[in-house]
Amino acid sequence: MSFVLIAGRWAGDFVDFIALILELQHYPSTSLTAMASKLNPMAFRSASKALRAASRQQFRPFSASATSRSDSLFVHRDTEDNNPNIPFKFNALNEKLMKEILARYPSQYKKAAVMPLLDLGQRQHGFTSISVMNEVARLLEMPPMRVYEVATFYTMYNREPVGRYHVQCCTTLGGSDGIMKAIEEHLGIHHGQTTEDKMFTFTEVECLGACANAPMIQINDDYYEDLTPEATKSLLIALKEAALATGASGQASGLAGDAGKTEGAKGGKGAEIKEQGRSYAAQGVKLPTPGPVSGRQTCEPAAGLTSLTEKPWGTEKFRTDF
Amino acid sequence: MIARQAPSAQALSAASHRVVPSASATSRFAAPAQQRRNLATVQDPPVQRKHGGLSDQDRIFQNLYGRHGADLKSAKSYGDWHRTKDIILKGHEWIISEIKASGLRGRGGAGFPSGMKWSFMNFKDWDKDTKPRYLVVNADEGEPGTCKDREIMRKDPHKLIEGCLVAGRAMNCTAAYIYIRGEFYHEATVLQRAIQEAYKDGLIGKNACGSGYDFDVYIHRGMGAYVCGEETSLIESLEGKPGKPRLKPPFPASVGLFGCPSTVANVETIAVAPTIIRRGANWFNSFGRERNSGTKLFCISGHVNNPCTVEEEMSIPLRELIDKHCGGVRGGWDNLKAIIPGGSSTPILPKHVCDEQLMDFDALKDSQSGLGTAAVIVMDKSTDVVRAISRLSKFYHHESCGQCTPCREGSKWTDQIMKRFEKGQARAREIDMMQELTKQVEGHTICALGEAFAWPIQGLIRHFRPELEARIQQHAQQKGGEALAGGWAHTAGKEGLLISPGQ
Repeated sequence: MSFVLIAGRWAGDFVDFIALILELQHYPSTSLTAMASKLNPMAFRSASKALRAASRQQFRPFSASATSRSDSLFVHRDTEDNNPNIPFKFNALNEKLMKEILARYPSQYKKAAVMPLLDLGQRQHGFTSISVMNEVARLLEMPPMRVYEVATFYTMYNREPVGRYHVQCCTTLGGSDGIMKAIEEHLGIHHGQTTEDKMFTFTEVECLGACANAPMIQINDDYYEDLTPEATKSLLIALKEAALATGASGQASGLAGDAGKTEGAKGGKGAEIKEQGRSYAAQGVKLPTPGPVSGRQTCEPAAGLTSLTEKPWGTEKFRTDF
Repeated sequence: MIARQAPSAQALSAASHRVVPSASATSRFAAPAQQRRNLATVQDPPVQRKHGGLSDQDRIFQNLYGRHGADLKSAKSYGDWHRTKDIILKGHEWIISEIKASGLRGRGGAGFPSGMKWSFMNFKDWDKDTKPRYLVVNADEGEPGTCKDREIMRKDPHKLIEGCLVAGRAMNCTAAYIYIRGEFYHEATVLQRAIQEAYKDGLIGKNACGSGYDFDVYIHRGMGAYVCGEETSLIESLEGKPGKPRLKPPFPASVGLFGCPSTVANVETIAVAPTIIRRGANWFNSFGRERNSGTKLFCISGHVNNPCTVEEEMSIPLRELIDKHCGGVRGGWDNLKAIIPGGSSTPILPKHVCDEQLMDFDALKDSQSGLGTAAVIVMDKSTDVVRAISRLSKFYHHESCGQCTPCREGSKWTDQIMKRFEKGQARAREIDMMQELTKQVEGHTICALGEAFAWPIQGLIRHFRPELEARIQQHAQQKGGEALAGGWAHTAGKEGLLISPGQ
């Protein structure tokens, strides 16, 4: 190609250039010298130079740093378990939730519900497949492209199937190296991969907002904090055992799905902060309690309280002049 | 102010010894008796008062460590929802004047005076506009180091909801949206339950607290994008679009969420508002230095013995904060290397600055850093600061939304260059290039993410340049020659690799 381009440089006008290309195609095996001399005696000399230059390696990136690719591709490729022909419908429970969600936004701004609905779809289906996106687009009367834009922008939409436990390790603050290594060693996978039995998917994520309890990992919806490499390993073992005990296979629409969580578990941590040490069940699987594994309750200093030790104040402190 | 013009013996004595923090507000502004001053005179130094040592009686977030439940009943027993109706009936001007008098500054990082921000919503002829008006609460807490809003939402959700109502009344809003980051699933659940309790009790919704004022509170969960913590980006995200910041103006107060007037405020700002009003603006204003008043949640993480989140007085010395609540730096104060005082986007401070540093907006600004979200990240001598900042560059590279070129490309370049700096695989003059690069990004992007990734690097170059240079030299010794700009080995030219000319 470089030959043709070089030739084109002297070929003058466009017609000549086309003629040359045609001629080249016409005489694929003709001696180049003979042909070139017909057109221009200088042609072959410069062309051969170009050929020689092309044979030398020309690879030249802008910098010598390693290229780091994005977490996952931003394009969709049809696969067996993720293509538009797989039907997706919200189930009855989610239909009800959907109505509640839509009621939060002004009726002319239905599309504001795209994020919660995609999340709902992900919880039901296990991941945000193209069918989920299309269904959400249909429900909200949005162009599908607008939904794809949203689904690719936010990192919490898994556009590829994930394992039953989605292990997300925060690596932004210190101390996470050991945890990362422990997880990689234990699961035998690198971040961004899923174990063969589809039980664990391991992702490296940015700040999870529990820095006073670092290092920590998020598994599905739960935070496990104050980890050590050993604690991480035993946590992963416990999770796997819990799943196997119920005979559940990997990728069973994930515990991230809405299928399981018992009402008690849905109650959230706020009321149960004092009930640490008690494990809770989800989808029939007993799980280690989320929260700090070091014995701390929440974010207090580990060596004992330095504040909030006195009797709490109440309404007596308030002014009375209004 | 008043005390400064009318000095008294009492004021002098108050200045001479340490004032108990819970002492009355009046002694705070005590000044020496010298009042002869003209324009050319150097101002008297303000009275040195030691800050810190907040007493439990003055802590707003009493449930920070979860000693009672997050339910409505326990919240009420600690003073939440007390006479909310009366506050609402006082009207927006009164509420805003109280907040202005309290000196509350936004707790989300920029530190804009809240009272003034809220007053922007009540522009001329606002009441003739029939559009709905929104309060948007920014609970998209994603700045590395910050973990305060999470504690408020999961332990004191009623403070936040009541704050929404009070702040919403001050801005005459019709509804509040609380935008919680998606990872905070349990926090969203707790908050949702608290909202339902409040609805059931008639505290919000139609005729909120029986005041005749209608106000709704909704939750919107984000889905993992740091940039959505920026106010216009958050609004975009709430509208169901990718969270890419909008150009300002128009400011959200005129065209915001769903095209209606709206204001975005941080969780902590909103959650402290009802308590400030109930305990009085003077009470709140009595903490901290002038213009930096109040109490603040500090989250201390990193190389301290006991990392924790704690509520303390503004302007507390950094060293006292760490020694008192976190059991000191690992290995003692002398083992300290550097501290990032306000979350990842504020420039790093070396130990000699930290020794005397006060933790408030103005003092940290004077040290060329910032209070940000008061997320203190402590690094001891074992830390590789270059690697730490390089990791933050990676974070910003990952989180840049890609809308503005300086940030999209700059965050990638800085990430790549920092990766080389980590190994010393660079040329000394590249440090200056890096400085210039970050200066070119700063102020040339739509949102503050440009500054956010530029500042930590500038801080590193400002304070740890010798370390960078030493690393480059070390690398040169190992490889037998200084690397060429761009990270090429010094022999690259001889090997026939096409490196740029002039190397």
